[in-house]
Amino acid sequence: MKPKGPSESYILSSSPHARAPSSVRDIMLDVITAVLPAIVCGIAFIWRADPAAGLHAALVTATCVSTCILAEMLCRRAMKREQTVGDLSCVVTGLLLAATLPPDVPLWMCIAGSLFAICIAKQVFGGLGYNLFNPAAAGRAFMLISFTGAMTTWSRSGWLSSFTAPLMSQATKQGTAADAVRSLAEKFAEQPLTVDFATTATPLGVLKSGYAAELSVWNWDFLNTLFAGNINGSIGEISALALLVGGVYLLVRKVISWHVPATFLGTMALFAFFAFPSPVSFCDSLSARSAYALVHLLTGGAIIGAFYMATDMVTGPFSDRGKLVFGAGCGAITMIIRLYGAYPEGVSFAILVMNAFVPLIDRFTRPRPFGWREARKLEKAKAAAAKSK
Amino acid sequence: MKTAKARFRFKGGVHPAYHKELSCAAPVRDLPLPGLLAVSMSQHLGAPAKCLVKPGDRVERGMKIGEKNGFISCAVHSPAAGVVKSVETVPTATGAMAPAVFIETDPSAKGGVRLPRIDWRKASPADIVQRAEECGICGMGGAGFPTAVKISPPKGSKCDFLILNGAECEPYLTADHRLMLECPERVRVGAEILRRALGGPAVRIAVEENKPDAIAALEKAFAGIDGDVEITVLPCLYPQGSEKHQIRAVTGRIVPEGALPISTGCVVENVSTAAALADAVEAGEPLVSRITAVTGDGVSSPCNVRAPVGTRYSELCAFAGGETGKVAKVISGGPMMGFNVPNLDIPTTKTTSGLLFLTEASVFEYSSSPCIGCGRCMRACPMNLSPAEISRCVESGDIGGAEALWVMDCIECGSCSFSCPARRDITQHCRRAKASIRAARAIEAAKAKAAAKA
Repeated sequence: MKPKGPSESYILSSSPHARAPSSVRDIMLDVITAVLPAIVCGIAFIWRADPAAGLHAALVTATCVSTCILAEMLCRRAMKREQTVGDLSCVVTGLLLAATLPPDVPLWMCIAGSLFAICIAKQVFGGLGYNLFNPAAAGRAFMLISFTGAMTTWSRSGWLSSFTAPLMSQATKQGTAADAVRSLAEKFAEQPLTVDFATTATPLGVLKSGYAAELSVWNWDFLNTLFAGNINGSIGEISALALLVGGVYLLVRKVISWHVPATFLGTMALFAFFAFPSPVSFCDSLSARSAYALVHLLTGGAIIGAFYMATDMVTGPFSDRGKLVFGAGCGAITMIIRLYGAYPEGVSFAILVMNAFVPLIDRFTRPRPFGWREARKLEKAKAAAAKSK
Repeated sequence: MKTAKARFRFKGGVHPAYHKELSCAAPVRDLPLPGLLAVSMSQHLGAPAKCLVKPGDRVERGMKIGEKNGFISCAVHSPAAGVVKSVETVPTATGAMAPAVFIETDPSAKGGVRLPRIDWRKASPADIVQRAEECGICGMGGAGFPTAVKISPPKGSKCDFLILNGAECEPYLTADHRLMLECPERVRVGAEILRRALGGPAVRIAVEENKPDAIAALEKAFAGIDGDVEITVLPCLYPQGSEKHQIRAVTGRIVPEGALPISTGCVVENVSTAAALADAVEAGEPLVSRITAVTGDGVSSPCNVRAPVGTRYSELCAFAGGETGKVAKVISGGPMMGFNVPNLDIPTTKTTSGLLFLTEASVFEYSSSPCIGCGRCMRACPMNLSPAEISRCVESGDIGGAEALWVMDCIECGSCSFSCPARRDITQHCRRAKASIRAARAIEAAKAKAAAKA
């Protein structure tokens, strides 16, 4: 064997010399895989009712994604930094933004929102890893503030009523409780995502008579409709089921942990349960309260926020304890905005507000080193021994 | 004597690909005596030994050529008879410089220096400690902590558990595996000697579950032993072989931060160390050779070889059939904590448990990108630190910040870097911070000393 000279020496690097195969790109691919079914489902549902609306929804998605990719490329070039399109994080931002937009929002608004998400919320801070706020949530918040009208009113095209018609007919067959559900369904049909829940509480309040009938309706028509995706909503939010399937995929792939989704949705449910303005006593309104809580979880951006946006690694806390605090904060702020705020939907604002608290949360939830507690005990014991002497 | 699954587990850890199949079936073979040995004076943790020979001196096998030089230090013996050619300062596997005695070996010489046999059944703990010190026994798992120091617990402390570490959690390495499989009775004798030295603690032999044949061999060898002895089968999880984490997994006890294992009544010794101690006590043989796994996809026939310390890597490589393919990295030790070396002139030491030759195909090339805060390093860190935040601090030059994040508790196991999807060199950042903090503390201490004098 020929000895190696200095010129042909082996690679020198620091340990560890083994690395897990998973990369940032793999993580982003997993998120894309998880969120795509919900978007495809949404577009398909809209398409089934009205192909033109479906096409527009598809265009909205394509516009958001392509604008995000282009914006990322141009920003990196302008900043004279290495290209980072390959990590696919900009695709995730585009998809998540599109998923939270109404299907008939004008395309130029999508472009504006995507540009804000990538250029202002992400690249100005230095790109992936340095951004303080979730780009998709920031993009949506920017659009909600700038184009409040387009973001909160919904086209009254035929596909809307075709979604709600079966629900209505089902509702008419039932008695008084069904009337109440119908009025609720009508409310959703008029202003689906933007329902002011302070007023929807009124029809729910009517449910005080005939809980049994109400329950059967709740379980099999209304909730089923919300869950499987027959009600109007943002593109990716139409099917809560598809979103949950994607969420479970992310959990199984260990891209996200249960902490944020569980505390986010759990806090929302508890908040809704106790904040339900019921004319009857607490015990008599238990099932109505539960239904009310479920409606809150299954409408709007709650699930997409809890599973896809609040779980964003860059803008969330490190530790599991921190994630619990973060998720609970997101849930509480969402409900405060929904119930008492000026805007009908508060998920994206809640996430952005909690993003700002992340450094603080990280600081106060940092884990203690292995053996730290034992060392403190030892110190105490020593101090006590010294005192007794 | 019983075999039981570990009842506890430590938080964190990772599952690197093991690759042990390359060499775990290869019986240990003896390396033919190399013509030249480079015996380092720094084969252990602590102060390098004081060299006792000069060029031209004749040495015998087992002759002491380096003397313990401080409380935490270790003697060094000549692995073969021959003539001292030179004493030079050469790089060790870590890249640090240390004096080494170059010995031109004499293959015709027979026998060597041996200490008298000790009957350990009657020996006092002090005798055993003294023998460990005389024979230059140090931990053979990797860190090389002098055994004599470890088995003389400070006054007032009591040893409840003696844990023999046969976890061998580093990928590729199979030296301890082969030792437990081929010489389990030496491990038993070593265990009984250590038990005697430590005042009769319970004995736990900790082995990862991926070595069922070694467990079976140990069960056979330990059959009929008296007292509380258990083979604890650990799940495969890196770093299962780390002292503090093994104590946690085996006994459920947690070593306080910054304290030694003995503070929780535990002493952990590698199985190879126990076997070496058995030789030192029963045969009077100093520690001058060890089993090294020469493995990886860059050698023709991966093997386990018993070689004298001071054997240069090139000889081990040749013994394993030479390089095959384009070798890109040579690592002394395992891939998680081992050091890679620039060339094959480096000599083995008492702690060289493996020598890996990795081809370009199995070397992971990467470029680091910014931290995305996924928290995987935090979940992987067995010390429960926040490696990502430490890494960010070090990157921005904030060593004080890293210190406040308990970077000094880092055991440099590499789990954080391993699990990082952004391929950040987190472990290296921790090392840098630790080195800076240590240097600063040394300066502080020197200043305080000077002030106290003045």
